[in-house]
Amino acid sequence: MTEFILKRVLQALLVLIVMTMLVFFGVNVVGNPVYIFASSECDQACLNKIIVDLGLDRPIWEQYLTFVGNMLQGDLGNSFTHGVPALHLIFERLPATLELAFAALVIALVVGLPLGMVAGLRPEAWYSKGIMGFSMIGFSLPVFWIGLIMILVFSVQLGWMPAIGRGDTAVVLGIESSFFTLDGLHHLLMPAFTLSLIMMAMVIRLTRAGMREVLFADYIKFARANGIRERRILSVHVMKNILIPIVTVLGMEFGGVIAFAVVVESIFSWPGVGKMLIDAIGVLDRPLIVAYLVFVVFMFVILNLAVDILYSVLDPRVRLDGRPS
Amino acid sequence: MTVWKPGLFAAALAMAAPLAATAQEVLTIGVRSEASSLDPHWTQLSADLQVQEHIFEKLVALDSASQPIPGLAVSWEPLDETTWEFKLREGVKWHDGEDFTADDVVFSFDRLRAGISGAPASPAFQLEKGRKMWEKIDDYTVHITTDGPYPTVAEDLAMLPIVAEHVASGVTASVDFNSGQAAIGTGPFLFEEYSPGSSISVVKNPNWWGGDVHWDQVVFRPITQDASRLAALRNGDVDLIDYPPTIDLPQLREDPDFTVSTIAADRLIYMQPGYKHVEPFITDKDGNVMVPNPLRDWRVRKALSLAINREAIRDRIMGGASLPAKNIVPPGFFGYVDGLEADPYDPEGAQALLAEAGYGDGFNITIHGPNDRYINDARILEAVAQMWSRVGIITEVDAMPRNIFFSRLIRGDELSMPGFDVPEFSMAMTGWGTVAGEATYTVSGTLETYNAATGGGNGNFGRYSNAEVDARSVLAKRTIDPEARLAILQEAITIGMEDYAYIPIHFQVNNWAMKAGLEHQPRTNERTLAMEVKRVE
Amino acid sequence: MSAVVAVGSGRDLWRRFLQVPSAVAALVVFAGFCVLGFGAPWIAPQNPYDLTQVDILDSLLPPGSQSFSGMTYWLGTDGQGRDMLSAMLYGIRISLVVGLLSGLLALAFGTLVGLIAAYRRGWVDTVLMRIVDLQLSFPTILVALILLVILGRGVDKIIFALVVVQWAYFARTVRGVALVEGARDYVEAARGLRLGGMRILLGHILPNCLPTMLVVATMQMAMAISLEATLSFLGLGLPPTRPSLGLLIANGFDYLQSGRYWISVLPGLALLAIIVSANLLGDRLRDVLNPRL
Repeated sequence: MTEFILKRVLQALLVLIVMTMLVFFGVNVVGNPVYIFASSECDQACLNKIIVDLGLDRPIWEQYLTFVGNMLQGDLGNSFTHGVPALHLIFERLPATLELAFAALVIALVVGLPLGMVAGLRPEAWYSKGIMGFSMIGFSLPVFWIGLIMILVFSVQLGWMPAIGRGDTAVVLGIESSFFTLDGLHHLLMPAFTLSLIMMAMVIRLTRAGMREVLFADYIKFARANGIRERRILSVHVMKNILIPIVTVLGMEFGGVIAFAVVVESIFSWPGVGKMLIDAIGVLDRPLIVAYLVFVVFMFVILNLAVDILYSVLDPRVRLDGRPS
Repeated sequence: MTVWKPGLFAAALAMAAPLAATAQEVLTIGVRSEASSLDPHWTQLSADLQVQEHIFEKLVALDSASQPIPGLAVSWEPLDETTWEFKLREGVKWHDGEDFTADDVVFSFDRLRAGISGAPASPAFQLEKGRKMWEKIDDYTVHITTDGPYPTVAEDLAMLPIVAEHVASGVTASVDFNSGQAAIGTGPFLFEEYSPGSSISVVKNPNWWGGDVHWDQVVFRPITQDASRLAALRNGDVDLIDYPPTIDLPQLREDPDFTVSTIAADRLIYMQPGYKHVEPFITDKDGNVMVPNPLRDWRVRKALSLAINREAIRDRIMGGASLPAKNIVPPGFFGYVDGLEADPYDPEGAQALLAEAGYGDGFNITIHGPNDRYINDARILEAVAQMWSRVGIITEVDAMPRNIFFSRLIRGDELSMPGFDVPEFSMAMTGWGTVAGEATYTVSGTLETYNAATGGGNGNFGRYSNAEVDARSVLAKRTIDPEARLAILQEAITIGMEDYAYIPIHFQVNNWAMKAGLEHQPRTNERTLAMEVKRVE
Repeated sequence: MSAVVAVGSGRDLWRRFLQVPSAVAALVVFAGFCVLGFGAPWIAPQNPYDLTQVDILDSLLPPGSQSFSGMTYWLGTDGQGRDMLSAMLYGIRISLVVGLLSGLLALAFGTLVGLIAAYRRGWVDTVLMRIVDLQLSFPTILVALILLVILGRGVDKIIFALVVVQWAYFARTVRGVALVEGARDYVEAARGLRLGGMRILLGHILPNCLPTMLVVATMQMAMAISLEATLSFLGLGLPPTRPSLGLLIANGFDYLQSGRYWISVLPGLALLAIIVSANLLGDRLRDVLNPRL
């Protein structure tokens, strides 16, 4: 047991080291950030000074060692542009992204589940086909295109929705979020809906498939035979069984949703980490790009490690040959 | 904590505000780029400066045509060839009520010279030009000395914001300014709040020496996507935007719900030919690199200029908003030459010139440029390629992000040693902003022969070299008398541009779009200042 | 006994595939786009890459306009004066090439890795599958984004990035199928006959993976086309001189608010049609081939 966990932790460490190296060296060979900050009047001496200030005059391996040294002390470097610790910036913006992703998740479930159930109950009806067509389109349409069209229709043409940004926030139970103000919800709706479409399509499909399977299962037939009302069968027995795979898949996809928020955030100017990344790429703020990536890598590696260890605790067979079978 | 703590004084003012009981006048501005810092010595990015200029001021201010006017200094004059005397404005208070004096000026310049830790591009180099030294004479007099005759001291000081010694000494650069702790200036607005990625807000300074400002509160919201920014204006999220998409300009101008303000910018967009004996991106019809490089023949350069239809670029790409050019500084700037008119579109003339120069069959060229730096840059590049292809010079376009483009344009290889740079491109589209409102450094930067030691030709990325221009440029840099300098500069510009040292396309035109009922005094230097926006009936 | 027989003969499959009208429609649409795209140089009224044929003075003309020289722009022109119909045909070609090529390369590489893992088992399998797991645990768009930031723009670069984000799907799927097949009697029999590892892999296991791979490949191709469009929209995919559908949409977005819908909406519809038809095809293939997914 201990040996297994130790092995996994070592593996995770190895992955972390390799990934930080890839990210660091990858990002640091691109372009030259100096010219973004220098004005056109800046002469060679002034350019050289900027290069020294940014630490770009030192050999790259030296820069990497400094980076690793600082990282071990929880410091991912200062953003070139803001002069503020990069981690600080990330944590400052993370809540907005999490909020967006969470809202998208809720919308996907609230809309997707009923639609999927309807489509599963009457698969041959015209509206069920319509729902499945919708889910196919939701799956296929590039997210950015939907966002653009929504801004055009609902903000510009109809004027119903704010086009951009996050609305007012309020603090409830120590959590600052736009869920708690009307203005905040108003701003949240379009980006969250846009982001939810892929997940929604997935929920519809999973629910429908689950319905098809469960409805013909013996225990449902048995329940029907026992005269339990259809409504109760659906809301309790069927629901319970289709929710498990949906929740599993959504849980796994949540990371993907956060990543896709990059696109939605840059269209709707949502002040989250994704928008920050795109902006940082635009001005080649290397420390910030590297810090964001390292942060994400760290997050995923830790999550994977936790899942692995949890599995091994729950299911002893996993440990036998050192990998899940 | 998502939101920075509001500044103490802004908070006090916000508490006092409800007592006034009048409707708050709030101006929300949608800007293309977010300010990266409120430390006025941090960068020279326009996006930063335009927010900082609401809070901090300089000794010398620039009017909307970028000409120097009194700011925190009321007057300046040369005492001798190397000493300038600046008289400071008396009775100016910092936002926290302390008096502004010469000590603050000395402190600000000292802070810049000492170097701002971590600052990516502080404006400190302006102090190195002419090796400036400064000295407090009394509380309201400062002397600036230079190492030789140096005419543009005032223009240089217009780039250097003054911070308060009693607040800014010992603070952490950038961080303490963003928190509001050190964001204490003398300007028309007080710092209120900075929430990164979302907004920056400032509130009216009731005690500003410059008089009353119209707005009680000004909010800057960064909206990067052009179309989203316009959408935000259209649906009322913001009152005013910078850089409205040029393609929508004609419609916006006609729409009674919106107003557009327009002014010629200080930024010249031009094609920079490469002057090396052999240029890698120029080949004959069989794909062989051409020797010698045809661009060294001025007739070829003139032909290329004649082949550009600048009116078509203005009308079809820039939404009518560009100023076709042959001058290197816009009208109204010191150094503008009256007789230099943009070349007419003359494809037949271009072909005749090419034939005369021995290139009647044309050749192939790849032109480079940024795609995220200038207004419609990639589109202009493509249009130029179309037009050159028509006269037989088959042109390929390679547009790239600015951070890659500029390092290749300036140094060729980012690992090359400074001073040994070899610009890579054979023909590149680039731009030059005459920030100071006068042409001395534009001539020196773009027309003078490259010399890393003197800083001459630091923007001469084609390595153009013309002794006649050089002599005049060097002389102008040492001539204090404005009239004499103007004549020298105009000669240098005329010689250089008649030789087609580079091929000007146009001056950018800055546009702002706002709700009807607002009036905006547009600025040549691209900055959006709330002081210059008013409500009208 | 070969697996092709297990899922039915080719003609039988074909008949079952054709039973569903939407699948037929999808096939027709997809094939149509392929013909249009790959036939672009012969069909398009203009070569949008030949700058001598494009005139800035003809920019932003609405559909049906006539050019100065008498040519009709059936779908209008874009901001550079390019004929939209031609630009779209060439754009379709680029989108399809990127989708197909990246799919095929990822398929080849992923299959190789999957087969090796399944055949060698042991530590080779462990290491390979750890890499696959790692790859799959990162969101595709993020990985592609990073790669393109590092690599820059270009058709070759985006194809590389798309291969990197896709190969792991193939590897995992193929390994799964191969492990199952590998345990079957006929493979045991082949082993008993002392056939070489290569022969077993290529001659017996690989053919049985094909139906699964076909389904995954179809779906992945739709994903790749969509991802390429998204990345191009973010300014990271293809160079603007050779626009794909995604880039055409992104360019056109600037013109949308001034009512010039055709520059953005028409390529958007084409993109939608391609992706939906590819997904429908994949769906139907899965039903017909019934692979163990």
